[in-house]
Amino acid sequence: MASQNISVPKTPINYSIRVDKVGVRARIIRAVRIAAISVVAVIMLIPIAWMSMTAFKSRPDAVAVPPKVSFEPTLEGFVSLIAKTRQLTTEQIAEYEKNPDLNWADRIMLRRGQAIIGVSEYPRRFLNSLIIAGVSTVFSVSLGLLSAYSFSRFSIPGAGDLLFFILSTRMLPPVVVTIPVFLMYRAVGLYDTHIGMIILYTVFNLSFSVWLLKGFLDEIPREYEEAALVDGYTRLQAFRKIVLPQAVTGIAATTVFCLIFAWNEYAFALMLTGDVARTAPPSIPSALGTGGIEWARIAAGSMGFLIPVVIVTFALRKYLLRGVTFGAIRK
Amino acid sequence: MSALPQPNPTSSSSQRARRQISDRTILHLFIWPTLILLILINIFPLFYSLYLSFTNYSVISNKPPEWVGFANFIRMLNSEEMWSYFALTGRYALLSVGLQTGIGFGLALLLREKFKASGFLTTLILIPMMLSPVVVGLFWKLIFNPAYGIFNYLIGFTNPAVAPDWLAQPDLALFAIVIVDVWMWTPFVMLLCLSGLSAIPDYLYEAAAIDRASSWFQFWRITLPQVAPLLLIAVLFRTIEAFKAFDVVMGLTGGGPGTATNTVAIEIYRQAFLGQFRTGRASALAYIVLIIIIAVSNLYIRQINRAREG
Repeated sequence: MASQNISVPKTPINYSIRVDKVGVRARIIRAVRIAAISVVAVIMLIPIAWMSMTAFKSRPDAVAVPPKVSFEPTLEGFVSLIAKTRQLTTEQIAEYEKNPDLNWADRIMLRRGQAIIGVSEYPRRFLNSLIIAGVSTVFSVSLGLLSAYSFSRFSIPGAGDLLFFILSTRMLPPVVVTIPVFLMYRAVGLYDTHIGMIILYTVFNLSFSVWLLKGFLDEIPREYEEAALVDGYTRLQAFRKIVLPQAVTGIAATTVFCLIFAWNEYAFALMLTGDVARTAPPSIPSALGTGGIEWARIAAGSMGFLIPVVIVTFALRKYLLRGVTFGAIRK
Repeated sequence: MSALPQPNPTSSSSQRARRQISDRTILHLFIWPTLILLILINIFPLFYSLYLSFTNYSVISNKPPEWVGFANFIRMLNSEEMWSYFALTGRYALLSVGLQTGIGFGLALLLREKFKASGFLTTLILIPMMLSPVVVGLFWKLIFNPAYGIFNYLIGFTNPAVAPDWLAQPDLALFAIVIVDVWMWTPFVMLLCLSGLSAIPDYLYEAAAIDRASSWFQFWRITLPQVAPLLLIAVLFRTIEAFKAFDVVMGLTGGGPGTATNTVAIEIYRQAFLGQFRTGRASALAYIVLIIIIAVSNLYIRQINRAREG
């Protein structure tokens, strides 16, 4: 065979090696292109960078005119986010300063004349977000996996219509679904409960997870299972021991997408929770109203909220396209 | 769906057959929990709100829903305010989807050929669309602030006294939400275009190069028609989302100043959960939006199919 004589490069060549693409002109065009993209990337990141900077500003720095690019970083925003504080008078400050038991957080707040008197509501909301997003993701991925397996492996009458029906539930404006769900929840006592929100987010993500997982499962050759069935495995054993290990990447990607959707969700949480089960997204804007706009605090809250998502974006970049198009488009 | 569930070949021994659950049972066990949940939380509410849209129900009154026929729909369709909200939503959709498509497609063309760090840069550009819309709305509020926000300084207004106040001036507020929406969702269009571009076979361009076709010609006759289906899908997704626009607008302006950014999704929320809690009317409005979304989707899908065939 002739192919044996051709030296195969060890690493795949990802860039063009066509002759017309290595000339001077082509190189200049390439440099311009890279520069343009870098500029766009920087522009896209300015808002995020600005918010991260604001999170480390002190209260006067955050609203300085003109906006300050260099400033003395402080954790004031983060501390005021998780702590409930009380304004002190000048004498109280002097007295307070003598107290030897002050920790670093107390000292930060003391600099702006406030004493920490407890924990704010934010940690609780954050915890709510974690619980609701976490538990609902477990449910929607496991239920979605079972249905996706059925759609992928068994012949179901009207499967196409059924799948479309499952997807269509995500095309509605959330407000359309919210009103009746609100009435229903109020009638059965699920309004403003963790269970209610978990059920809602489970269903909200279920359509997505069925579609995405079906795509991943379709790629696993069914011959593997058929061989296992011939060897005496039951269908459930084959599912557990053959399909699941192969679908791990797909399941992981789906899990993270579901987590992010539930994590970011705002409309349902705003309309279907009061105080008990309220998640973090609706409570970040509500911090606006309370006694002047504390931008450092809001920025700190947003940042704590965004960092996990940014990390996940990088981890998921291979699956991003699938995820954001409900698994409809593969590459 | 080619193969029907086959009887297990090894289940010939009767003992084994009894122990083993049939494929049909597994199918039902696997699929019904999902369907029941969807029917309960999605389908039932959908029909219930259809019913409510024909009543004068309000969630805060203790009166049961009273049938009023098409009164809600007639009222909505005859109200000039409502038409202005629809016009506003249409303008918003047109502007933001148009800009996203143009910029997103341009970026995809730039990112098409890989270079060192192109994967990293692509991922950086993709970050905005993964963020929480309401948080995005919120910190853009800081960025747009005329005194201490950075936006005006970046575009050249260094004097806060004469700088535009993006969120407080009715004629600018719409552009402000368009800017944020474009910032957030252009990466999405770019991502779809990129996958469309990477699917174009190289031989088409090679053939064109042999025929000495200009790059302009190559763009119009190869690139554009080949990417068109995915580009249209991106536009479809974004148009639907524009009609549902709620989170970002709520975080940014809350529909204000006045009603300058009161999109229909915000209006449904206002009708349903503020002031009078007019549940019936809000449901009717929601259905009008739903019908528009379905109509627009069908138009696009027809266009996508035509692009695929063509």
